[in-house]
Amino acid sequence: MPEHTFRVNGEQVTVDVAGDVRLLWVLRDILGITGPKYGCGINVCKACTSHINGRAVNPCAIPVKDLQPTDEVTTIEGLPATVGEDLHPMQQAWLDHDVAQCGYCQPGQIMAAVALVRRVAVEGREITDVDLDGLRNICRCGTYFRIREAVKAGAEHM
Amino acid sequence: MTGSNGDGLDEAIGRRRFLGYVLAAPTLVAAAELVPPAPAADAQLPSPELTELLDLNDVMTAAALPTSGLISVEVNPDGTVSFALPRVEVGQGITTSTAMLIAEELAVPLERVRVTLADARPELVFNQLTGGSNTTIATYTPIRVAAAIARLRLLAAAAAELGSAVTDLTMKAGMIIDRSGGGIDIGALAEKAASTETRRVSVELAPRGNFTVIGKAHNRIDALDAVTGRKKFTMDLDIPDAKPTMVCRPPTINGTVGSVANLAEVRSMPGVTDVVVISTGVVVRAGTFGQCVDAIRALKVAWRPGTAEGKSDESVLRELEAAELPLGLRPPAPVVEGKFTFYFRSNSALEPNCAVADVGADRAEIWSALKSPIVAQRAIAAKLGLPPGRVIVHVTEGGGSFGRKLFFDAALEAAEVSQKIGKPVKLMWHRADDSRQGRTHPMATSRVRAAYVGGTVLSYKQRHTSVSTDLGHGLGEIITAMAARLPVGDIGFSQTFFHLSQAMSYRFGASSQLLSETDRGFNTGSMRNVYSPDVTCARELIVDQLAARMGKDPYRFRHDFLRDDRSRAVLAKAAEAGDWGRPMPVGTAQGIAFHAEYKAVSAALVEIDCRPETVNRPIRDGVTGPRVTKAVFAVDVGLAVNPRGLEAQMMGCIMDGIALALTSSLHLDDGYFLEASWDNYFYTRQWNTPPELQIIIMPSTSEEPGGAGELGVAASMAAVACAYGRATGTMPTSFPINHGTLSFVPKPTVPPVPQSPVDGLNDAR
Repeated sequence: MPEHTFRVNGEQVTVDVAGDVRLLWVLRDILGITGPKYGCGINVCKACTSHINGRAVNPCAIPVKDLQPTDEVTTIEGLPATVGEDLHPMQQAWLDHDVAQCGYCQPGQIMAAVALVRRVAVEGREITDVDLDGLRNICRCGTYFRIREAVKAGAEHM
Repeated sequence: MTGSNGDGLDEAIGRRRFLGYVLAAPTLVAAAELVPPAPAADAQLPSPELTELLDLNDVMTAAALPTSGLISVEVNPDGTVSFALPRVEVGQGITTSTAMLIAEELAVPLERVRVTLADARPELVFNQLTGGSNTTIATYTPIRVAAAIARLRLLAAAAAELGSAVTDLTMKAGMIIDRSGGGIDIGALAEKAASTETRRVSVELAPRGNFTVIGKAHNRIDALDAVTGRKKFTMDLDIPDAKPTMVCRPPTINGTVGSVANLAEVRSMPGVTDVVVISTGVVVRAGTFGQCVDAIRALKVAWRPGTAEGKSDESVLRELEAAELPLGLRPPAPVVEGKFTFYFRSNSALEPNCAVADVGADRAEIWSALKSPIVAQRAIAAKLGLPPGRVIVHVTEGGGSFGRKLFFDAALEAAEVSQKIGKPVKLMWHRADDSRQGRTHPMATSRVRAAYVGGTVLSYKQRHTSVSTDLGHGLGEIITAMAARLPVGDIGFSQTFFHLSQAMSYRFGASSQLLSETDRGFNTGSMRNVYSPDVTCARELIVDQLAARMGKDPYRFRHDFLRDDRSRAVLAKAAEAGDWGRPMPVGTAQGIAFHAEYKAVSAALVEIDCRPETVNRPIRDGVTGPRVTKAVFAVDVGLAVNPRGLEAQMMGCIMDGIALALTSSLHLDDGYFLEASWDNYFYTRQWNTPPELQIIIMPSTSEEPGGAGELGVAASMAAVACAYGRATGTMPTSFPINHGTLSFVPKPTVPPVPQSPVDGLNDAR
């Protein structure tokens, strides 16, 4: 079986699995990193949203063979370390606004929110309602309104 | 304050005392014996409205009475307090509200209360079913009684320890403090306060005026775990050798396996450990779920027909028409009439159906988020041929429910597979399975006729006709068991459930609401708020029509006809906060609606934008349509244990109501549902979310909490429908309003699951 080497949450990992197995299953079933959730497997629900080299991706749609040894995968578990704190400002905003209900989608929501704020910052502007409308992550509990509030609050501290 | 025994003054002012137990145990364990009889259960008022005599929650609470004594609170030597809740947390916030009840009576910080979910406990009989928004109603008193008894024991132990009279002690932040300021932590008393024998104790509960925790807004106790990814759902459990397992399912609803042409070939695919046929399809177990998907897609299966073969939306509509109950003779007065159609909807949560099972020769262990674990345990035992006592059922926290987790379809399958292959399995449904073969809110029609003269409504008749709702998860058993105590005669439990949940809140003269059901061929179940969103939506649209006929404002009309002050107050609050009647541009409008259930009342006011530039705004692979731009929701649940949690539930209910009215439905065609993805089944997304949202919790002096988890859906759906009607000038009669337009390309049914994309890196943003 081929070996694939990349970085996850600051550590180099090597997995021995067929190259077409999607990163989501490598993370969850092989590495035991369960923060990214399965919700559809076809890059629609966004529950597995994580970062590769700081940009939001959906691991359910990435064959593990596409990763390079220097690629840095960040899941919700590794997000606080990217700012050297116990919690990322976006996670704190989520707590302050008591966003989560069942919590299943929330790791993906937070990872998508962080990437959105970074993207908007690069464009040198503030987050708008259109940006928030563009977040595709499903929350079947319907926490959308608190998500909007938390993204705006989290952005102020990023 | 929680008093001790024999306080004559308190007796004189009529405080209620409750009995409970201190249990024989190494550390302090206190248990509640009973909940107070629901006041409505004794009522014998001659009223045409069954819901006033007794609503569903009275039935559930009454059913739970004989076994509630088994709820126990344990104080641990480390100063924490443990409680195993015989319900399931699926997002509704009951672990938090339960912890608050215990924190209140024991004066411990919320962080020190550990609420876990109890395994299936058959001795609890009816007291381990999470449904009907009944958890807080049924457990509010017994949990507090158990905690209050623990408090009495701790105070007595502290008195001995500190050499102080109990009356000189106070409890604060997990400490018991005497007059000199000396203190002792409850953890240090956990063993000293323990009892070597089980004893009955009488206790008084803290009155509402003294509450410091209950009624105050608290964040969820599991929030940190949720935002850090540490919260464990069923699929996150690390059960040894429980490998990923999925089922290759039939192309039509409930089809069955005829034969498989390439079992050996698929068994040799990478990662695959097992491929076997079970009652619902062909099972694949592999090293990763991705390899399960590959194997499912490779299987060549000849399928037998299912239970809805050849059926479509149109054919089911004809079945419903054939099952309609008559509205009776048309009265000799002006009438308003309407017929409304509600298409199939999916109650899928984001976490798909899933379970872990480890079945051995003489025992089985199951892990799953189950709302009816006792029924699940019984059914699994029967399936496996084991005594129920040999089946351990662990209840895990669920990633949403919305009614779906009342059933245990995945747990039953996982048990069957694990027994068949003799290995542990972690079984998960694919999203496409969840959508196509999962439980649905049944398709229904509602016919309404209201007669009026001048400013008086003479009669209101509603005939709801529905594809059969499967209540076979335990709720039906509760209702059947309690049937002798219900004044409903010999009718089935669907009809009873319908009667119990549908109140006629308006003074509409002679009113009758009846349910008839047809066709048991679909996988249905109670979806959040069950019959009420459809029934209420139809009623409120007719109410708007009645108001128009009488030349009255829709808000004023409702206010005039609502039966009681509490209902009028919640409606008036929504109207005031939402600025009812403000001028709106053409193509936009407000809508207002009312709903009462679960011992609670609610009112929604929404504003909708139906102008073309909004309706046609571009969103990739999404339904845009009219946008609810503002929602104001007023709610009175009596005592709100956790206002922040209640607000969260109403927010979710509003999102559900918007979806039901505007965007979310399943399309039935040739025996299967076309939807197989979240980009097919259009639950509310960010681009459908109201940018303005206000939820108002009414002040209440009630000593008792009402139900909240489902309450807000009906009024929200109805208000959106009414607003849409007022904005477009045409009363909508078919829901969701976009059902006639198929907004996606249906995925194939063979193979039953789509392959995961490979271009994810291209989408990095």
